[in-house]
Amino acid sequence: MDTRDVVFIALFAAIVAGLAVFPPITLPVVGVPVTAQSLGVMLAGGILGAVRGGLALVLFLVLVAIGLPLLAGGRGGFGVFLGPSGGFLLGWIVAASAIGFLTERFWNHLNFVVALTICLAGGVVLLYAIGVPWVAAVAEIPIGAALTGSLPFIPGDLLKSLVAAGVIVVVKRSYPIISPRTQPQKLS
Amino acid sequence: MLSDLYVFADSPLHRARPIVKIASLVVLCSSLFIVEGWASVAVAGILVFAGFALAGLAPRHAFVSLRPAFWILAAIFAVQVYLTDVVFAGFVVARFVVLILAAALVTLTTKTSEFVDGILSALRFAPSWVPKARIALAISLCLRFIPLVRTVLGEVREAQRARGLDRNFKAVLVPLVVRILKTADEVSQAIYSRSFD
Repeated sequence: MDTRDVVFIALFAAIVAGLAVFPPITLPVVGVPVTAQSLGVMLAGGILGAVRGGLALVLFLVLVAIGLPLLAGGRGGFGVFLGPSGGFLLGWIVAASAIGFLTERFWNHLNFVVALTICLAGGVVLLYAIGVPWVAAVAEIPIGAALTGSLPFIPGDLLKSLVAAGVIVVVKRSYPIISPRTQPQKLS
Repeated sequence: MLSDLYVFADSPLHRARPIVKIASLVVLCSSLFIVEGWASVAVAGILVFAGFALAGLAPRHAFVSLRPAFWILAAIFAVQVYLTDVVFAGFVVARFVVLILAAALVTLTTKTSEFVDGILSALRFAPSWVPKARIALAISLCLRFIPLVRTVLGEVREAQRARGLDRNFKAVLVPLVVRILKTADEVSQAIYSRSFD
């Protein structure tokens, strides 16, 4: 971890914060607003890798906790972690790290389909596996009910995975940051 | 400009040290989950209400802090009424309201700069393997660059609007990310050249 990594972490945390001002798009059928912020989670992992991506989200959430209104809709402060959906926020750290780990692992074969699979696994499956039981526990409702309540957000998350996968593949070609997590081939 | 959620006033709560406020918040929240029942929620609710009165905050501030969670809380209330009864549903939602308001009380009476100072002074006592200077650098860089990201985002969206692409997430995000990554490389070279390490 050298100074360049610290700067990447800080500036990507700033990108996640900046995406809060992206105007939300309301999905036509389900009527749930889709904000760009959790897109930043997938991008942090897929562009910076496991360690830096996870730390960028840690830094972002620390700034939210100390009272900056950086979440979409101008939310911030300790209250957002104590509310019902606090698990999803803490899950962002795990999701970014997991997406980063998988991206590093499959870096040499990364194309749109691989990136999309990684984003879906980390940013949707893993994120909901953390957030939904959390809601169920703090609201004392069964996990099935909590999952049903989260279903309207799934189409938006699928859409975000599609966009994130596209961006990750293009940025890999134009400005790669990650070094692959595989043994370098020995030249004979 | 970045603004925080702080409300200007002078009260014992505003003057208290951030670490004391966070510690009391942690104690209050944990006890609400350990001692489960209407009694603990009522006591905590009275404490939080007294805190709002002491800090001179208006009911408007409490309302603004609760508004984002309103629909989720309404949904949880409906599910609990369906599964158990109205009394338990009221209890679960009342506990959330007290938790969120207690946290809002800390956020509304503490400046972000006080928290940053608190984190940095706490780092002084951290063991030597903690990269204190790097943590301080990351926090200050991020605060500095959030307005820049918003400016760049605005510029990219205007440029793409001229091409009819400003509702296209990918066409906006790729230039934004690449420009910020380039800026990051320039900033780190500037830091290297000033012998930060």
